[in-house]
Amino acid sequence: MRWKPIRFIPDGTKIPFMRLSRYGFVLSGLATILAVLAFLTIGLNYGIDFKGGTVMTVRTAEAANLDQMRRTLDGLGIGSVELQEFGSPNDVLIRLESQGDEIAEQAAQQKVKDALGQGVEYRSTETVGPKVSNELTQAAIIATVIALICVLAYLWFRFEWQFAVGGIASLLHDVLLSIGLFSVMGLEFNLNIIAAILTIIGYSLNDTVVVFDRIREYLRKYKSMGLVDLIDFSINSVLPRTLLTSICTLIALLALYIFGGEVIHGFAFAMIWGVIVGTYSSIFVAAPVLILTGSSRQVQGAPADAAVKSRPVPQRG
Amino acid sequence: MLFFSRWKILAIVASLLLALFVALPNVLPAGGRAFMLDTFGLRPITLGLDLRGGSNVQMEVDRKDLTDKLGQILASDIRSSLREGKIGYGGIQRNADGVSVTITKPEDLAAARTALEKLRQPVTASLLAGGGTIDLYDLTQDGQNFRFAQNPLGLEGKIGGAIKQSIAILEKRINALGTTEPVIQQQGKDRIAIQLPGIQNIDQVKAAIGTTAKLTFNLMCETQATGPNAVPPPECKALEVKPDPRRPDGPKTMWIQTASRATVDGADLSDAQPAFDQNNQPVVTFRFNQKGAVRFGKLTADNVGKPFAIVLDDVIQSYPNINEAILGGSGQISGNFSTEETANLAVVLRSGALPAKLNIVEERTVGPSLGSDSIKAGVTAAIIGLAAVIGFIFLPYGFFGLIANIALVANLIMLVAIMSFFGFTLTLPGIAGIVLTLGMAVDSNVLIYERIREEWRNGRTPMSAIDLGFGEALRTVVDANVTTLIAALVLFGVGSGPVRGFAVTLAVGIATTMFTAYTLTRLLVALWVRHRKPKEINL
Repeated sequence: MRWKPIRFIPDGTKIPFMRLSRYGFVLSGLATILAVLAFLTIGLNYGIDFKGGTVMTVRTAEAANLDQMRRTLDGLGIGSVELQEFGSPNDVLIRLESQGDEIAEQAAQQKVKDALGQGVEYRSTETVGPKVSNELTQAAIIATVIALICVLAYLWFRFEWQFAVGGIASLLHDVLLSIGLFSVMGLEFNLNIIAAILTIIGYSLNDTVVVFDRIREYLRKYKSMGLVDLIDFSINSVLPRTLLTSICTLIALLALYIFGGEVIHGFAFAMIWGVIVGTYSSIFVAAPVLILTGSSRQVQGAPADAAVKSRPVPQRG
Repeated sequence: MLFFSRWKILAIVASLLLALFVALPNVLPAGGRAFMLDTFGLRPITLGLDLRGGSNVQMEVDRKDLTDKLGQILASDIRSSLREGKIGYGGIQRNADGVSVTITKPEDLAAARTALEKLRQPVTASLLAGGGTIDLYDLTQDGQNFRFAQNPLGLEGKIGGAIKQSIAILEKRINALGTTEPVIQQQGKDRIAIQLPGIQNIDQVKAAIGTTAKLTFNLMCETQATGPNAVPPPECKALEVKPDPRRPDGPKTMWIQTASRATVDGADLSDAQPAFDQNNQPVVTFRFNQKGAVRFGKLTADNVGKPFAIVLDDVIQSYPNINEAILGGSGQISGNFSTEETANLAVVLRSGALPAKLNIVEERTVGPSLGSDSIKAGVTAAIIGLAAVIGFIFLPYGFFGLIANIALVANLIMLVAIMSFFGFTLTLPGIAGIVLTLGMAVDSNVLIYERIREEWRNGRTPMSAIDLGFGEALRTVVDANVTTLIAALVLFGVGSGPVRGFAVTLAVGIATTMFTAYTLTRLLVALWVRHRKPKEINL
């Protein structure tokens, strides 16, 4: 019996990515502006890691009566108390705002425990004081900046500076769009999301590097091909790999999103978005920027036909 | 790229078998685990507190409280030192960071200077400040006025000392509450990180570690407050009284004497136990050491019939009358206590008072049920993710997909083996990292296969296409993985707890991915080529 492999991408695609990237630029530009606007106007729904305060998850014996619970907790004089169902009708997530200092933070947590009593099961309790949340915020910003600088340095070292510019442009695009999505959807932004964003940086760059690697290889191999055609040719050659890898990663992430439990939901969601955006940006942001900055070989006005002729013709397939 | 010497094949197979062996405890039942641990010292992966349930608590020395306590001690030292030297002084004033004193007679100044110089308190400086010793206070003289000002470096040294002392005390308290395997360590300059695995009674532990447990016995002042705004006389201090339902009309605050001759320090306790008094009320019985017993005996003998206050952390617990001199060196602390409170109080009194208040600046507690739910969910996600990826890879690659899948499973086993062997902690984000690695691990194989396919379609022979495919893809695989590795390293450097667990699995996953792609996958493909001598590549 012979296995007939299924090709998800037909061989020898000739998609004119660079011509399409004109639309891609507009789309990406608009999306990025919207993301920044959302961040500036709506802002982010920071979790206690960055804002301080308390988050508890409790499980009740019967389906929780949120209204009654809310009335009980609102009377405690500990500022606004948010309640929401957490995964099942018996699970409730309780969020207390920051109380201003460490001692008050603990006191508020204790008040809630006293008010709810022993009738509920305390599944998790997290309290972060203002000092620690400030430090975590700083650490998160530093981490993101360091990661960006490190990968920039790596790209610069391994490729030419134009590639580094392209890589960073696509990374900023991915990071801004991720932050924008969290802002628009009002999803909680916490340390796990920072971890996801740093991983997105790694993943998106991984994709970009594979494309760049091929562009660099073809730059050496096909010296007479115009840059636009060469980039198109490169992207088309690595397209099957790019999509296969992205699909595999998405499959694994979907499993995590669906079955991984409530705690990991935000992380999985951010990663899924990041993989999609990262795959898109390595093709439609990183590569076109190479043309804008003009890679070491200037764009030669070679007609497309001539370029195609210089391409090695597949002999099997 | 396709030639493997015999010993290389052996090395690859041996490393895989070794990984399998090291990872084995993770799937064995308890008996098998014990055997692996006893015989080979191999244990399963260490689970983070977010998976096994437990509590992470970060505490910080309250600088204001420490400065305050140090100022109190200094003021009383100055007083007794000047009295001893029969040097007249006008008044001792405490301010935010020190104490100042005015000497009455100019002819005493030299003697005063000598006496006061001794009170500057050398402390061990932190290593950052160059080590050695440094004075806690700088002493300056302005005419007849002497001023002690806290030296910032000296204070840092003092805080370092307080942290070490606090860790020893917290260890005693936490162990006394029966917590298994707590980890208590210094964090930064002025913090203590406490990990309490599998804890059930977190609130009790928090009560125990959050209590300074400074216990004193003070005589009450002759006059007591008449109104809320009354000012206490010299050497008296207003303190809050713990509410007692049996005395609903009792005063809210009372004045106690602060002079050292009217005080016995609870630091001189040698034992404390929870007990019940004759009315069956929970109390804590205590015994003084020799020094404390003598002082307590003298104080009670001199003040029979008067009340004295039992003060814990600046709150008057109760103020019984001294019915007779207490000479045996033992007594009991009454107050409106629950049995749980007396049990806790006994523990904290036995371990001694903390040098300063410790505030909880961060707490993350996961109950055991949520932890095991997280493990279940994580493992389910990993298994389903693995199955889906394995199934998917067959579609485009067929037989080569099988090889990729063998490499994928081997990769997972190695990842688990490395995590287990080096004692890396697996957290919930760590499981996410493993699932993510599943998806990304395939990438190396995809890169190689696609390259082989291209070379084959460009007219090369199967042998040379495969050979070139591995060779050409290697550079890309390394380049592509280094970027993710950078992200993982940065995360590890600045991340905390669970996030760090994610960084670890991600980094280890990348390493094993690259290893399996260039050993196992290549070996299997090479063996297939050698065995089949294929005329074409079915990719």
